[in-house]
Parts: sequence; structure tokens; C-alpha cells
Amino acid sequence: MAESTDKALQVELVAADRLVWSGQATMVIARTTEGDVGILPNHAPLLSSIIEGVVDVQTAEGETWIAAVDAGFISVADNRVSILAERAEMSHEIDLEKARQDLERAKEAGENDDAAQEAVRRAEARIRAVERAS
Amino acid sequence: MALSVREYRARIKSTESMKKITRAMELIAASRIIKAQQRAQAAAPYARELTRAVSAVATFSNVDHALTTEPEDPKKAAVLVVTSDRGLAGAYSSSVIKEAERLVEKLKGEGKDVDLYTSGRKGEAYFKFRQREVVQAWTGFSDQPTYDVAAEIGATLIAAFLADAEDSESDVRDVDEVHVVYTRFRSMLSQEPTAVRLLPLEVVEGTEAPDKADLLPLYEFEPSPSEVLDSLLPRYVQSRIFFALLQAAASELAARQKAMKSATDNADELIKKYTRIANQARQAGITQEISEIVGGVNALADANAGSE
Repeated sequence: MAESTDKALQVELVAADRLVWSGQATMVIARTTEGDVGILPNHAPLLSSIIEGVVDVQTAEGETWIAAVDAGFISVADNRVSILAERAEMSHEIDLEKARQDLERAKEAGENDDAAQEAVRRAEARIRAVERAS
Repeated sequence: MALSVREYRARIKSTESMKKITRAMELIAASRIIKAQQRAQAAAPYARELTRAVSAVATFSNVDHALTTEPEDPKKAAVLVVTSDRGLAGAYSSSVIKEAERLVEKLKGEGKDVDLYTSGRKGEAYFKFRQREVVQAWTGFSDQPTYDVAAEIGATLIAAFLADAEDSESDVRDVDEVHVVYTRFRSMLSQEPTAVRLLPLEVVEGTEAPDKADLLPLYEFEPSPSEVLDSLLPRYVQSRIFFALLQAAASELAARQKAMKSATDNADELIKKYTRIANQARQAGITQEISEIVGGVNALADANAGSE
């Protein structure tokens, strides 16, 4: 993978009802169904499903943006990265207290329930995102 | 004089208070419509990226998916009618229902049975009143739909589409195609009831040669094209439904604003008319009193003259 500083990734993090974040980045890390992927500039075109988890974006200025996302997709082509999820939140938008409560409630709802399992993963991702950011 | 001045005054007063209500509703609709348009705009990037991804997979893999396969002999169709929860929006709900009825007639003409699904209380009430079965109705969100609702509607319709006709065990009603009737928001002044077929999906692959910049790159699919498609297509359907709901919400508010504006104008005119009639009645009363007094004085004068 070529390390060219002149080329940056154009990142769009899109939730179903809004554009959550967009900007230039040097690296994006997301969790796909197969495991974590790191995207650097000039990555080969990729279209992959992602699962509930944390997305890490490092900008050219050395800042790190962290977001919690639901299941969705990542598509990479031509140095454009789009991450699509039904819900996505930047770490600073997440209400940590509420996420913890959601986690408690989802855990109580039972372990055999698919929806509850999903809710557990979602709440965990949000808590992780906040903890990573701080 | 048909009515007394007091009764006209009472009518003017009640019209005035009605005017205040319609004026308030007009202003509320006007402020919400901006929000509704912003929401529609905010949802556009998701729909755009999703469409791109779907056409990328459809172009580069020849995977047949259940959601894109045309059933050989479609017998049953589902129609989702997107209406409003509340009235006072002019012909908004009735025109979308009329469009739905046209579609139902057309489908019946093609020999298909129709299952009705509705969103919004008005649609549900319309079909229930006519004792026609509504398979499922969603209500309570028509002026600000959330994605969760769209996802739920989408999941229900997809389940119905994928259900197997032979499998009588499941209580999901099997359908062979899914249509959506909603009101497209063209501008503040014009909204148009539209019927589209949602399933089986027709993935729009640009028929004209795309620009070089638009050429889709050769994607790597993870885990595999068919699995990506599996999770991509239901989301595509849901986003299409979300789009329809958002458009319908904006249309509903625009229709309500227009209806309330003309109601306010009518109230204004009514007040003016009543004020004129009331003034006329008041004047007639005064004139009558004067002529009564004059008449009385004359009669008195005549009587006095006679006695002398």
C-alpha cells in the first residue's frame, strides 16, 4: 500500500437519517463480519458488511474521531470511504449513562433473544466508543 | 331583519376564534415543513450511497437474489398506502387513497388479489369503515417518521414477499409483489400521489453509458457478493420506504398549510360579511326606532289637534 501524503481518504459516515461525519482522513478502522479492517489511502475497492462496533477515523491533523455504529456497510473506492449504518453516533454525542442503562436492560432481556443480543452489542459498542475517546 | 344584531355579533366572535385556530395551524405547519424538508435532505446521503452499493453488487455479480426475482405467476399483491394521522389537510389523504384505489382496481384487473397495508390513521379508518380488511396498519408518526418505523414496515413487507405460499403453517401472508402509494413532494404548491412497485426490486442500472468518473470500480466483496447482497437489499428496501414516508410527511404538512391558509382567508371574508350585515341590521333598527318616534309624535299631534 502506497504511503502517499498527498492523497487522503474522503470519509463519509452516514446514518439512515443524517450525515454523521465527513472529512479527510489518513486511516479508517472498522469492524467487518470477518474482523477489523484498516483502510489506508489507495486501498483496493472493497464492499463489506460491518457489525455493531466502533469506527476509528484518524485525520491528517492527527486527530482521532471515534464513532459507534450499528450493523451496516463500508465501501471503499477511489480513496472514498463511505460507512453506512442505520444508526451511528460520534463519541461526543453518546450519553454514557443511557448507554450503560441500555446495556443493563438488554442483558436482563435474556441471552437467547436475538434482538436483545443485538441491543447488547450496540450498547457495548457505544460504551467502548466513549471510553476509547476519553 | 332575519336575525338580531346580537346573534350576528355572536357569529362574528365564533368565526374569529376559529380563525385564530386555523391561523395557528397554518403557522405550525409552515414551521414544521422546513424541518421535514431538512430531514428529507439529511436522509439523502444514505439513500445515495446505498443505491451506489446495490448497483455495484448487481453489476459485478450475477447473483440472483430472492428480492429481485420476478415471481412467475404473480397472484397476490400487497399495497402500502401512506396517509396522514390527522385530517385538516385538504384533499391530501383522499387523493392518495384515490390513487391507491386506482392501483387496486388495476391489480384486480390483472387477476391479482390485493392485501392492504396502511400507514396513518386516515387510511386505516377509510378501509375499516368500508369493511375492507387491512392486514397491518401503522399509525402515530405521519408528520415525523423515524427510520425505525420504516425498518419495521420494511421487515413486515419483505417477510410477506419472501413467505412461501405452500407453507400454510406460518401466519405471514404471502404476496408476490409489493406496491407503495405515497404523496411525492414536488414543491410547496404541488404534491402528487404516486404509486411505485417496491418488490421485486428493479435495480436501476443506468442504461446510458456512465461517465468515466462514475464507472464503478471492481470491488472486493467480503464475505461474499451474495452475503453482502443479502444484507444490502433489505436495507435498500427500508431506505426506499423511509424516503416515501419522509416525502409523505413533507407533503402532508404542505397540504395542511395550504388548507389552513384558505380556511383563514375564508374566515376573514366571513367576518367581513357578517360585520356588514350586522351594521345593516343595527342601522335598520335605528331607522325603525326613529320612524316609530316620529310616527308617535305625529299621532299625538293629530290627536291633540282633533280635541281642540
